[in-house]
Amino acid sequence: MDAAFFDSYIWPVLVILFQSVLLLVLLLVFVAYILYADRKIFAAVQLRRGPNVVGPWGLLQSFADLLKFVVKEPIIPASANKGVFLLAPLVAGVLALSAWAVIPVADGWSVADPNLGLLFVFAISSLEVYGIIMGGWASNSKYPFLASLRSAAQMVSYEVSIGFVIITVLLCVGSLNLTDVVNAQQDGLGTRLGMPVNSFLDWHWLALFPMFIIFFISAIAETNRPPFDLPEAESELVAGHMVEYSSTPFLLFFLGEFVAITLMCALTTLLFLGGWLPIIDIAPFNWLPGIFWFVLKGMFVFFCMAMVRSIVPRYRYDQLMRLGWKVFLPISLFMVFITAFVLQYMGWAQS
Amino acid sequence: MGVAALFFYLFATVTVASAFMVIASRNPVHSVLFLILAFFNAAGLFMLTGAEFLALILIVVYVGAVAVLFLFVVMMLDVDFAEMREGFLQYLPIGGIIGIILLVELIFVLGTTFVDPQAASVAVQPIPDMAETSNIKAIGDLLYTRYIFFFQLAGIILLVAMIGAIVLTLSHRTDVKRQNIADQVARDPEDAITMHKVKPGEGI
Repeated sequence: MDAAFFDSYIWPVLVILFQSVLLLVLLLVFVAYILYADRKIFAAVQLRRGPNVVGPWGLLQSFADLLKFVVKEPIIPASANKGVFLLAPLVAGVLALSAWAVIPVADGWSVADPNLGLLFVFAISSLEVYGIIMGGWASNSKYPFLASLRSAAQMVSYEVSIGFVIITVLLCVGSLNLTDVVNAQQDGLGTRLGMPVNSFLDWHWLALFPMFIIFFISAIAETNRPPFDLPEAESELVAGHMVEYSSTPFLLFFLGEFVAITLMCALTTLLFLGGWLPIIDIAPFNWLPGIFWFVLKGMFVFFCMAMVRSIVPRYRYDQLMRLGWKVFLPISLFMVFITAFVLQYMGWAQS
Repeated sequence: MGVAALFFYLFATVTVASAFMVIASRNPVHSVLFLILAFFNAAGLFMLTGAEFLALILIVVYVGAVAVLFLFVVMMLDVDFAEMREGFLQYLPIGGIIGIILLVELIFVLGTTFVDPQAASVAVQPIPDMAETSNIKAIGDLLYTRYIFFFQLAGIILLVAMIGAIVLTLSHRTDVKRQNIADQVARDPEDAITMHKVKPGEGI
């Protein structure tokens, strides 16, 4: 093996491998605490204590749950389609994790930064429905099957509005590269309105406010979080597509779901909340590293999602479909036209 | 053999193998899943040629939306597999003819390259240099200027097809209660509640 081959192939692969492992470990630890936070917030809203037994203040609860799932016996129903049954949780887990490869957590801090990063994330998130459909069908049981039918319709519907929201952001930025998306928010509506320094008013959430709300709600629907958790509505379908799953396959489904949620939080942060940009670009704030702001904003979005989960009652299925097709689709389509018109008319369009 | 060639043979082999499994597998749901695998590997092939926009659009549109609906329908089918086996021979001639036509077309395409190696470079619209413009820009430049008429025509055809499907399936049932959100939101206590003073022993 000569040095040129090592330099051009082996070394980059090793670097990417190291970066991926680092990202995965940090992400999974983060997911463990996101789960804990979710349960604590849910408990606090209901005036309960939440998990508080394992470790100080229950901080090790998620790890105890992990251990419990791993040492349980995996049960495969006799009439299940075995191959697809075991493939489904893998698809759900791996797809959600793979989209994180292109998310820049600070300026230049991403495993890969392709030109079409945003489209890649959108493509991956549109595939997450397969885990649910395959799991529901392969279980060969009625509740999982109903869940997979519901989720197929639900996730395809809300992808449409997410797609249009991404198009409006794309119009404002002029690039599908996620780093460019954040850098474009350094200077925007706030400075145009006369703010002396770059601040949070420059981020897209203000300029594209209705789209920000639509994206937030669609993100909740896309990740099957309450109040849109119809694929696993426990009062109707027991646990939906996960009824027949136990042990590690169940853990993978659960993990995939929560990684998808962190992905949507990260995407909301990147698209609308300025990614790693400081809240105001003046002395004490811009000393802090970009990753700090990114994580802070991501956690803020997650807190909002957790509050929505604890406050809003579950939607009925026809209301969900109505919201997606009759409310979000026309509004977002209209906003695409308005945004394009304003950008062209005011001469703000990126070349 | 470079790494790109290695990946080309990997993707190409899996594409052909999974395309074969689409028609060979006994279970229709497995067929759809193999179709999705074939789409994925085709997207990989697009990636290798530098057309990453087409690759991702293939995944978003075909795998993320069309194949989901396929799977949705196929899952709900109650298929008798033995009966499907019998029908296989019946459709063989038509399928065979289409296969032969495609094969001949492929031979023509490959043949021109062998006969005249310059043929590929004399395209109607020159392909811009990949290093200068990204392929998403190149596609946009072509699609929205030179081929705008065909682009809009395709849009209109899709719109007509969509309206046709809605007209064919829409049936307004009058015997069910429907929820009118606007009505519900517009209701206020004055219209909704009436107060009656009921005298004892008389009723309303």
